[in-house]
Amino acid sequence: MLRLEARPNPSKPMQALTPILAVLATMVAGGILFLLLGKNPFEAIRMLFWDPVLGEYAFYYRGQILIKAAPLIMIALGLSFGFRANIWNIGAEGQFIMGAICGGAVGLAFYPMEAFWIFPLMIIVGTLGGMLWALIPAFLKNRFNANEILVSLMLVYVAENFLAAMVTGPLRSPVGMNFPVSRSFNDYPAANNPELITGSGLHWGVVTALFLVIVAYVALTRHIGGFQVRVAGQSSRAAKFAGINPKLMVAICLGLSGALAGMAGIFEVTGPAGNLSTHLPLGYGFTAIIVAFLGRLHPVGVLMAGLLLAITIVGGDIVQTSLQVPKASIQVFQGMLLFFLLGFEILINFRVRLTIKGAA
Amino acid sequence: MDFSAISPVSLIVSLMIASTPILLAAIGELVVEKSGVLNLGVEGMMIFGAISGFIAAVTSGSPLIGFIGGAAGGALLSVLFIILTQYLMANQVASGLGLTMMGLGLSALLGYSYAGIKPPASAHLDIAGLSDLPVVGPILFSHDIMIYFSIALVAGVWYFLNRTKAGLILRAVGENHDAAHALGYKVIRVRLLAILFGGACAGLGGAYLSLIRVPQWTEGMTTGAGWIALAIVVFGSWKPWRVLIGAYLFGGVTILQLNLQAVGVNIGAAYLSMTPYIITIIVLVVMSADKKRASINAPAMLGRLFHASK
Amino acid sequence: MTPLLRISGLTKAYPGVVANDNVSFDIQPGEVHALLGENGAGKSTLVKAIYGLVHPDSGSMELNGSDYTPKEPRQARAAGVAMVFQHFSLFEALTVGENIALGMENAPETKALSARIRTVSENYGLPLDPDRLVGDLSAGERQRVEIVRCLLQDPKLLVMDEPTSVLTPQEVETLFHTLRKLRDEGTSILYISHKLDEIRQICDHATILRLGKVVGTCTPSEETPKSMAEMMVGTTLTAPKKTAFNPGPVLLEVHNLWLESSDPFGTSLKDVNFSLHAGEVLGIGGVAGNGQDELLLALSGEELVEHDAVHFKGEAMGDKGPNHRRVRGLQTAPEERLGHAAAPDMSLTENALLTAFEREKLTSNGFIQWDATRNFARAIVEKFDVRTPSVNNAAKSLSGGNLQKFVIGREIMQNPDVLVVNQPTWGVDASAAADIRQALLELAAKGAAVLVISQDLDELMEISDTFAVLSEGTLSKVRSAQGVTIEEIGLLMGGTEVSHAPA
Repeated sequence: MLRLEARPNPSKPMQALTPILAVLATMVAGGILFLLLGKNPFEAIRMLFWDPVLGEYAFYYRGQILIKAAPLIMIALGLSFGFRANIWNIGAEGQFIMGAICGGAVGLAFYPMEAFWIFPLMIIVGTLGGMLWALIPAFLKNRFNANEILVSLMLVYVAENFLAAMVTGPLRSPVGMNFPVSRSFNDYPAANNPELITGSGLHWGVVTALFLVIVAYVALTRHIGGFQVRVAGQSSRAAKFAGINPKLMVAICLGLSGALAGMAGIFEVTGPAGNLSTHLPLGYGFTAIIVAFLGRLHPVGVLMAGLLLAITIVGGDIVQTSLQVPKASIQVFQGMLLFFLLGFEILINFRVRLTIKGAA
Repeated sequence: MDFSAISPVSLIVSLMIASTPILLAAIGELVVEKSGVLNLGVEGMMIFGAISGFIAAVTSGSPLIGFIGGAAGGALLSVLFIILTQYLMANQVASGLGLTMMGLGLSALLGYSYAGIKPPASAHLDIAGLSDLPVVGPILFSHDIMIYFSIALVAGVWYFLNRTKAGLILRAVGENHDAAHALGYKVIRVRLLAILFGGACAGLGGAYLSLIRVPQWTEGMTTGAGWIALAIVVFGSWKPWRVLIGAYLFGGVTILQLNLQAVGVNIGAAYLSMTPYIITIIVLVVMSADKKRASINAPAMLGRLFHASK
Repeated sequence: MTPLLRISGLTKAYPGVVANDNVSFDIQPGEVHALLGENGAGKSTLVKAIYGLVHPDSGSMELNGSDYTPKEPRQARAAGVAMVFQHFSLFEALTVGENIALGMENAPETKALSARIRTVSENYGLPLDPDRLVGDLSAGERQRVEIVRCLLQDPKLLVMDEPTSVLTPQEVETLFHTLRKLRDEGTSILYISHKLDEIRQICDHATILRLGKVVGTCTPSEETPKSMAEMMVGTTLTAPKKTAFNPGPVLLEVHNLWLESSDPFGTSLKDVNFSLHAGEVLGIGGVAGNGQDELLLALSGEELVEHDAVHFKGEAMGDKGPNHRRVRGLQTAPEERLGHAAAPDMSLTENALLTAFEREKLTSNGFIQWDATRNFARAIVEKFDVRTPSVNNAAKSLSGGNLQKFVIGREIMQNPDVLVVNQPTWGVDASAAADIRQALLELAAKGAAVLVISQDLDELMEISDTFAVLSEGTLSKVRSAQGVTIEEIGLLMGGTEVSHAPA
């Protein structure tokens, strides 16, 4: 029979290997899923992973991958710090929306003024908006001991409804023929987040996300702050002994992840999305949770996982249109990825031993 | 605006209907948490139960088989959680989130061709004389069977936890799994059964949504009900009857805001739609504020990993 | 006569260690049989095998002449084997009655059970209220719950794993009274301990284990503690050298310290006062759960108290956190090594950083100097003889004794003015314990003040200059450790100041 045996030291090779194993297992299980849906599994897997990067129309898809990856990476970087410290912000979707609304409202308020500082101001306000929205669960946890998982998630629904209220109310476009949308930021140069090189998908959000990966890497591995986050995740008592204020840790982790989600939101609404509407929330805040785990809560891992998940999103669109499968199959695919990853993680701290039964 | 359009009696009846899915899911999660396991995948199991129950009911033409299908679906999905957390010792928070994502995806996939269909109608209690009484009749004697079942389930769970040896063992496992193991109780097996029960209850709650409350299948139709069920367990301080009160209070708020929207109160519909979620947050805050009481009522092992290595 | 339990050639190996190596011995009916050995000698594994929690790799057991191979505790209980655990297997949020019902095969319904609990517990001089929450009971009362739970099943063999470690001397007397009564009624008792005096008092025969092997048997009443200790340890131990105590200036003054425990089942501190001088080793005794953890937390700064309650070198810092205190030279080492003093999955290097980063200047502008940190960790490992392949190994991979040496070494290496330690040698093998005590004495000799909180009275008597007792969150007057008798300490532990005690 198979027996689990605790390892004295966490296995370093397995830490790198588990995400790869998870991706491979997901390809197999996903292939079976497509087979069950009556599709050619090899074709489907090729469309999901190969075509967006190296296929015939990859020149178009590659840009799309960057556009999808930027918010995922940005949000997941913030989440991964919190998750390491056992602080579970799962309401990044709401902070993303609030960042978009707050930053967007600033831009709309200055319309049609043209000034170089409008766009940076929008980014700052959007970031702050996401941060403040995430500080609500932080405050309620610190002051009243309320569970941050539930509060941050409830605030997603509040934010979605608030977005609906805004685009049907104060922020509705006067030239939008009464549709629930705001003015387009793409038509307002001072508030626009343009593609920097045509066809590349590169916008300011992508640049910022890459920069943040480096900052997060340095903070996590070289700075005492990152060290303290790691201690907090191992044992709350050891953290307190090390002089880490648990309440401050909650506020920092939630505030930081909210700020990054808000920043992702304002970059998205001023660039790829183009305007505020009820179609803005695309689930980046939730997918980023998978990205954070798949990246093993490490900035470099998050970068690679973000790119991979972005590929599956773009590839998922290809599969959906060319093989006529429901959009949800990609969601299932991503769910499987998270499951396999969590399952394989046991190999880091445990050895699997084959023992002959009956020896006892 | 016409407030007289809101009738108190029909308000209470619809309140009970709105509360039942959450009540079913919450009472299941209560048992899971009492065994020391935090399954955050309620939302996923609920929506998976909603579609599997819906498919079972539509294909068989029987609402009863639909509910059985819903319970089976929820339990089936919870098996994934069991494998991950009880055998592969994965983090329960992450596994629960994964379960929710998986449930949302799978249900959308399965429900692809079931949108817009009407499910078979469920039977209502109809006792000659009693059901026709004014006020009392509609409130007490003319609901669908599942409402009575859900209340019976609360009573059953209360009896099980407080009056049976098996219930005592379950609570013991949730309080101190090492001690329970030392006494020779099978920690994993107890938790496995609790998680399956929680999954079945969540599935039942989901099936109630798609078969009675709405009644039809739409993607993502649970809209956070599973998460609210989790909050209701905290609200109820892990006590079955308080969970019932919590679910009904919550149902009341939902129905009130829907009625206010219907009569066109001068607040935007979007703002009114926020209220159930805001109320949930407020309730969580109020119930958690007393740290000492919260930590006595909560099972001590909630969310902790168990590995019988020594 | 057929032995009650015969163990023949029992062997159990874990990866890297043989816990029991071909162990054989007999327990006769109606005797108190001691199983004697140091921490790590394999006593616990053996006992777990008898109780069905561990399945031996080879060897056999016979109970009353017939084959006995319990697959699980349930079968052991059915065969008449009951066990009182060292770390109680109790449920704090459940009542006494519920706890007892959980340990029984066919528990009667609540009312009948309560009545039986009352009768049995009073019969044996261990009064208990079945409706109280176990979390509200003292350590001694909790042990009663365990014992009564066993007695209700009329066991033929009662296994007791280190039963006195949590008891006051007076409670130990009561326990022995109960055990003698049981023996006289024909129950055999397997008594596991490393306390030689107790074994001489209560046990008829003893089997001695060292490194998993039986190294001898004896009749304790015919042996001296020294001869048994030599069998148990195998080498002769050097006692720490105690130098004369010349009190220097006051370094730490605790004044009207009140602290509400944040643990719902913890003990709040009530008006604790003492002062600690340079060169002094102050020993604080007391039964576990009387405010020891809370006192350490209040001194380390993990729990904040009134600004004026803690004065260190003249500065009031009751409301200042751990790092503020550390930088100024007030270091602490809590009882729980893994998960409190050290982060389990982090390397020794990272754990060195945990408390030393400010005082040892291991960071600059917040950026970690990993080379300096590694060197600091290596210095600890070298100076305190920590056995580990490298400083990159995780804290949890070290044995208890080695990790404790590392944790205490980490604080001592920072040259503290005051060092507070809680249970410095708990669960540590004898040679490591001797090293640790020696290091504490050397620190005091260099002019620092050391506060040792411990439940091991022998240890406190050995190293303390001054002595006090914590009881229900209140600290007795500090007195000279010279000439204190075990009796006086026992009364203090029970919460009575000696001067008020009846003669």
